Amino acid sequence: MSLIELRQVWKSYGDQVVLERVNASVEAGEFVTVVGASGCGKTTFLNMLLGTEAPSRGELLLDGQPLPAEPDSRRGIVFQRYSVFPHLTALQNVVVAREFQMSRLLARLVGRRRRQVRQESLELLSAVGLAQSADKYPHELSGGMQQRLALAQSLINKPRILLLDEPFGALDPGIRADMHQLVLSLWRQHQLTIFMVTHDLKEGFYLGTRLWVFDKVRQDPHAPQAYGARITYDLPAGRKAEPGPAVGISLDRGDSDKVPAKLLLQTE
Amino acid sequence: MTKLINRRPDRLQRLVLGALPFLLVAGLYLWGSEQRLQANPNDKLLPAPSKIIDTMERLAFEPSKRSGDYLLWTDTAASLQRLALGVSAGALIGLVFGIVNGAIPLAHANFSPMVTTVSLIPPMAILPVLFIIFGLGELAKVVLIVIGITPVLIRDLQQRVIEIPREQLIKAQTLGANTWQTIARVILPQIMPRLLDSVRLALGPAWLFLIAAEAIAATEGLGYRIFLVRRYLAMDTILPYVVWITLLAFSLDWILRAVSQRIWPWYHGKSRQQPVATS
Repeated sequence: MSLIELRQVWKSYGDQVVLERVNASVEAGEFVTVVGASGCGKTTFLNMLLGTEAPSRGELLLDGQPLPAEPDSRRGIVFQRYSVFPHLTALQNVVVAREFQMSRLLARLVGRRRRQVRQESLELLSAVGLAQSADKYPHELSGGMQQRLALAQSLINKPRILLLDEPFGALDPGIRADMHQLVLSLWRQHQLTIFMVTHDLKEGFYLGTRLWVFDKVRQDPHAPQAYGARITYDLPAGRKAEPGPAVGISLDRGDSDKVPAKLLLQTE
Repeated sequence: MTKLINRRPDRLQRLVLGALPFLLVAGLYLWGSEQRLQANPNDKLLPAPSKIIDTMERLAFEPSKRSGDYLLWTDTAASLQRLALGVSAGALIGLVFGIVNGAIPLAHANFSPMVTTVSLIPPMAILPVLFIIFGLGELAKVVLIVIGITPVLIRDLQQRVIEIPREQLIKAQTLGANTWQTIARVILPQIMPRLLDSVRLALGPAWLFLIAAEAIAATEGLGYRIFLVRRYLAMDTILPYVVWITLLAFSLDWILRAVSQRIWPWYHGKSRQQPVATS
């Protein structure tokens, strides 16, 4: 059984159709990168996986079960901004995630369990290169460091799926490259399934095992809102799916030979 | 020559420029007082500084002939107690309703129209109602302060809660937090420093309601004293009392700010270890 399955998913707001007839299945361990022009519904798609939005029609299944329409601990998220809590230090930002899970009433741990969780969190912080900054508040960290922290925070509870919403969009190119290596090593080490929305086609090809392009197949110039976007290309990207076996790729449409040139036009 | 918009005062210049208006007002007062006293030595409108000091010494350090109290201090204690009770109660109610209204859409739909309506009632207009219900004792005065500042605090804080980026609330849920945990660990700690900000702003109206209530029905208090001696044109008491109230208000504001900087360094852009400047 696939980890995620989308069956004829539609999303519309009133008259405006954002996504139409989206079909796909994703196995555990894949790294799916999602590209597409602005307003083509890629963030809407991510929000549906996250649970902040529900499909208008169709089914979105996780392990064969419909996804609940609110966020939960099976799906971690890193946003472009505002992903960490400004009132907690880096270490507390990671610790609090364990406290949510382990102390339902007070969300505070004491004694031995507290020391254990602190230790666990410190290890994860060092893994993302933030050991030196454990006692700093987010406003004292650079943009890249904040995103590292957000990754560590998302991973400590071991979610099934990690969702990344243009997580490196606001970072400098050099720092981006570092972050790419970090994400790839975390993906391998924690055997994650990742969905990442990005503007950057090169980034999408480089990081993913699979690249999805969202685009509108049908266009009505008099009613641009009448048709929604679909996954127009589903391409094997450079990387081998790592924890699991390589995945069979099925294209929605048969014209894959024209892809690169068209892709570049659509996503620039 | 440097343009005026680019010329910044150094420390000394700032001090001198800031003190200038105060010195000007003091000078004008002294000059006016002298003019009037020359014309009529019994003039009460602008008493000489020596007279004011005499009166204050009497009020602060000599027991009153009637009650044996040191009036300045009993007045101050009575007023501060009412203010503290009213403002604390208002802050607590504001915090609870602000968070509940801001964080829980169902509660917002339930309470928000009521809060908005109540906040539009001029509190002074219902002061007689309070006196009728609660009598002329302490409670009515405290309740006036509470009614005066609470709706504004609730509306302000619920807005602050709504302004917390949605990303953070979603993030907390993806980390496994339930509603209560999200409020306790994400919303409440971020709202506390904002509560203190709102309370600092609410202190102005709180003093207004306090003095108004004391002016109408009280047996001691700073506002009571001012309105009592007004009958005798006792500017030598009224003026220093006003200065004293201003000083108290300033100190309260300063203390609240210092507390906020010490407890919540992240809110003031400061780091955790670095000693926190309070100025």
